[in-house]
This record gives sequence, C-alpha cells and structure tokens, in this order.
Amino acid sequence: MSILINNNTRVVTQGITGKTGQFHTRMSRDYANGRNCFVAGVNPKKAGEDFEGIPIYASVREAKQKAGVNTSVIYVPPPFAAAAIWEAVDADLDLVICITEGIPVRDMIELKDRMRKQNKKCILVGPNCPGVITPEEIKIGIMPGHIHKKGRVGVVSRSGTLTYEAVGQLMDLGLGQSTCVGIGGDPVNGVKHIDVLRMFNDDAQTDAVIMVGEIGGSDEETAALWVKDNMKKPVVGFIAGVTAPAGKRMGHAGAIISGGKGTAQEKLAVMEACGIKVTRNPAEMGKTLKAILK
Amino acid sequence: MKIHEYQAKEVLRKYGVPTPRGVPCFSVDEAVKAAHSIPGKVWVVKAQIHAGGRGKGGGVKLAKSPDEVKTCAGEILGMQLKTHQTGPEGQKVRRLLIEEGADIKRELYVGMVVDRVTQKVCLMASSEGGMDIEEVAARTPEKIHKVFVDPETGLKDAEADEVAAKIGIPPASVPQARAVLQALYRAFWDTDASLAEINPLVLTGDGRVVALDAKINFDSNALFRHPDLVALRDLDEEDAAEIEASKFDLSYISLDGNIGCLVNGAGLAMATMDTIKLYGAEPANFLDVGGGATAEKVTEAFKIMLKNPKVKGILVNIFGGIMQCDTIARGVVAAAREVNLSVPLVVRMKGTNDETGRQILKDSGLPIIAADNMADAAQKIVAAVAGK
Repeated sequence: MSILINNNTRVVTQGITGKTGQFHTRMSRDYANGRNCFVAGVNPKKAGEDFEGIPIYASVREAKQKAGVNTSVIYVPPPFAAAAIWEAVDADLDLVICITEGIPVRDMIELKDRMRKQNKKCILVGPNCPGVITPEEIKIGIMPGHIHKKGRVGVVSRSGTLTYEAVGQLMDLGLGQSTCVGIGGDPVNGVKHIDVLRMFNDDAQTDAVIMVGEIGGSDEETAALWVKDNMKKPVVGFIAGVTAPAGKRMGHAGAIISGGKGTAQEKLAVMEACGIKVTRNPAEMGKTLKAILK
Repeated sequence: MKIHEYQAKEVLRKYGVPTPRGVPCFSVDEAVKAAHSIPGKVWVVKAQIHAGGRGKGGGVKLAKSPDEVKTCAGEILGMQLKTHQTGPEGQKVRRLLIEEGADIKRELYVGMVVDRVTQKVCLMASSEGGMDIEEVAARTPEKIHKVFVDPETGLKDAEADEVAAKIGIPPASVPQARAVLQALYRAFWDTDASLAEINPLVLTGDGRVVALDAKINFDSNALFRHPDLVALRDLDEEDAAEIEASKFDLSYISLDGNIGCLVNGAGLAMATMDTIKLYGAEPANFLDVGGGATAEKVTEAFKIMLKNPKVKGILVNIFGGIMQCDTIARGVVAAAREVNLSVPLVVRMKGTNDETGRQILKDSGLPIIAADNMADAAQKIVAAVAGK
C-alpha cells in the first residue's frame, strides 16, 4: 500500500511534446516500474505519433479509452494549464498532478469552482508542485527518484527542494518513505495538507508523517486541528519562513504574509497546541521523526 | 505588481467608479497648472508612492489656493516619505496627484482579495473607513462584513445592497454603492487583481459615493494577458536589486541582515534563512536560483548579493535533484573568482553528484568552507562572519 499512486497507476503526460514534459517523462519512465506506468501522451496536433515509444493521443479521453490511463501529469505552459487540468478532470480520471508553475490565480478560481459545481471526484495535486512519488514503485513529477527508498514515513509539503531535504534527512537515518506528496506553493490549489494527512492516516503502509509547510494562508492550521481530533499516527511539522518579512512574496505565489496573517510563528503555535511534534530547525526534521518512532 | 493611486483610479473609473477630479503631476509647475484646471476652493496634494500610510507621513496636504498648492507640491515632491510600509529610509516622491477637495460626510472601507479557503474572491467592507483595515480586523472584527463571490455570477445586486446597508450607506445612496461595489468586482476580476482597496470610500454631503483613495495589486502570473497594465509599472518604486535579479530569472528579496544566501528552491531558501536566524545571525536576502541554474546565473546571483554593502558572508545551500551539484560547484568557483570574493563563503551541497561537487570546490584552491548539513552550514557562516 501507499497513497495516491502505486505500481498499478497508468499515466498520461499532458505536455509531452514540450522540452520539460519530455525530459521528466523520460526520467519518470526510467524510474522503478515507470516503463509499465507511463503509457500515453496528449497533443491534438501530434496524435498518432509517439514519444520514444509512448503513444500520443488527441485527447485525455482518448488516452483513457485506448491506453487505460487513470492519472495525468501536466507540464503544459501556464496560459493553457488550467484548461489542461479541466480536460483531465472532465475525462473523469482519478488523479491529476499539475507541475506547471505560474498559472494565473483567476484561472484556478474558475477551475476549482467548476470542479465543485459539477461534483467531480478527480483528485488534483498542485499546481506548482514537484509531484508525487511512491519509492521503488512509481514517480510522477520532477523530484530526483534516487534520493528515495521504500519505507513507512509519509511526507507532505508545499515546497520542492525542502521536501527533498526532508527525504535526505530520513535517508541519513535509514528511514524510507511510503509516499511523498508535493501539494505545491500556489494560493489556490488542489489537495491541501489536511487531505493528504487523511490519506496517510488510512494507509497501512504509513507509520508516521512529516508535514512541511510555509508562510501564507491557513491550511497548516486547519490540518493541525484535524490532526488533534483524528490522526492516529504521529506527525512531525516544520514551517519555513520565520524570517520572512510581511507583504513580500517569497518565491512561491502563495508564500506571503498578508494582513498580518499566515506567519510561521502562528502556524507553529497552532500545530504544537494540536499535538504535532514541531521543530523550528529545518535540519532536524528527520531526527525529530526518528525520536518519535522509538 | 503594484501601481500608483492615480493609476488605480484610472482603472476604476473605466469600470464606472466615481473618483474626485484629479491630475497626475511630475513637477511643481504641472501641479499649479493642474490646480487651475480643477474648479473649486480646496485642492488635495497627494504624494504618489506605492507604500501606504502616506497621510501620516506628511505626504498628503490640503491647499486652499493655487499658491498653497505650489507650496505643498514643492514640499512633497522630492521628499523622502517615511511610512510604516517604506522602511526607515523612506521612499522618494517623484509623482503627485492634484485632486479636488471632497465634502466628506462618512468614511467607509471596501476591499477585495482572493480567499484561499473558499477559493473565491472575497469582498470585505466596513463602516470604519480611512483606518488600516488590519487594525479594524484586530480590534473590532464584527465591523468587517464579507461576501464570497460566486465566480460564475459575479457580485449579485442583493449581496451588494446588503453590504452597503451594513456599512451604513443610507437607502437613497444604496444604488450608487451597489454600482461601485459591482464595478470594483468587475475591475478586480478583469484585471487579474490580487488585491483591490478603496479606503476610504466616502459618502459626500449630497449623498454621492466616491472613491477617495484606491489601491490595486495584480497577479504577476497573469500579466502576460495585460500588456496595458504592465505599462503602468514604475521601476523607481521597486528595489533595484530585485529588478536586476528578475532579469536573470532569479527570485531575490532584500532583507536587513548581513549573511547572503543562495539556495535552490523557495521553501529551502526560506528554511535556510530561518536556520541562519536560529544560530544567532540575520539573513541579508532571500535568493532562489530556481531549478535550471547555470554557472552564469550563479555568478549573477553572487554579484547581486555582493552589491549589498551589509553582506559580510555568503551561505550557499543546494539540494541537487534534477540540478546537479557539480554544475553548481563549477558556477560557485567561477563566480567566486570573477567577483574576487573577499567575504567568507560556506557551501553545503547534497543530492545528485554531491561528491563531485565538493571535490570541485576543494580543488579550486579557494578558501571555501564546506559544510555537511544545513545546521552545520549556518553555524559555520555565523562563526566566520563573527570572526571566530
């Protein structure tokens, strides 16, 4: 077991004809069971062609019918990315992982509104995220596969390299991961910390979770309150941005303290009060988790 | 992206929001001419800088004659205006807005932001106009009324009317207030704004509803579809180092400390800053070199960091994934040579090709201090800067 993705996941790449899409589709295909998992690409103008043996279809719907895909990964450029997400959602895939950074917030507001009103069950991860990996089974996204190994710690994070940092620390202590989920750094996005924690809570493969957050919004607080009442497994937390000034966007579109809200201190305090084992030292995420497991 | 008040008012006017008559000016002569062109007995001379709190800082003055306009304009234009948002050095005033005076009966607040929880645009309104809305939210949250707007329908008549009534608009003026609120929403939506505020929105003695001030920020991810708005950008209002960095696709933000940091990834960059603070020093900047850093990009990043005279040491923290540590190591060595680096440099590398990367740094013969992990790196740079 694991969450979201495993050996049986079948993936279509939207944006497979672009440079980024090709590079990462190749890397993902070459990781673990990738050769069986990455079975389709989409581009209406290049339907019938293939990318290194992966067939290209005219639409996600066609890829679903002909290649049996249940998941999409998106590398489409920002102006067209929201429409690409909708295409996958509308084809009723189970999961859409959007890597694209820089999608206008308005496009995401419209997309999420339509998903809610049409009661779509499709799970959206991202945008502006590194993707999802279930080590030694499948990686969907841009994270380096080789730094991971199979194990029993779940990782959920709003940031890319900081997730790799957490994984690196776990690896130094000999701890593998069940699944690592990058939920992305945008203000309006798909799954949030709380959603991923719920999944880890129900996953027999996961014993404990590292939750990495950052300044901006209140998703970490919402997740912490849920943890307090529902989580059966230990959670370690870190929030990046204690030193971030208010009103400045720290790289990620969603990493901004606005109106005095969304500070790291505030988030850490709520998480701590809800029983999450918080560390204020990002170099000690792994150590903190290991201490809890004992 | 931020714009000036007079530009925000131009945007809002296009959508039908009433504003006082006004003229933007770049010199005292233009200000006097503007006063003559605007009939009335009272004029307002307003400094145009991107920061808020201009009135308290002495950047907004009332003038009762064109001569007084001349005096006020002379005082404000060119001054270093200090507000709670500018920092201690203040911001130089290069533009003015000369406006007709208004007969203010009541001052209100209306604003819009994207609400991350409901994933909708949120209209906020309050009877407490002219004040900092954050202060109102902290002291009297019950005085802020919110509407989460359905993106399919926009702000409905009934919603606008209800909010107008709640903030104390008299019945006779509600239709006008409704028009203003709906125009503000349309402007927000059409321009891909991330924040729009009218503070204060005033009710005049004769029952009109007028935007006395205006502020709009735009979603920088959406600027590609708004070339007209990009043209409103005023580089004088932005940090020179941040502009320079953006040319090289580097995400850089100036801070107050003395340890420069160069990191790949925004989250890791923030975490690195936090670690520096944890070990007793302050970061001089946020700098994310991104996923596709090249030797050239690293060199430019070093140059930008070192332009800051406060920088007494540099910490490089790289987690190599797709980006390989040896590439970064070559970039760091090239950069250190090119800029003739004279401050301590600590490098921490982990991930893809980290051993090759460390060897490159070692073989360079440069006095680069290697670190094993983030905590070690932060401790070493803090100690080096302290001269230990």
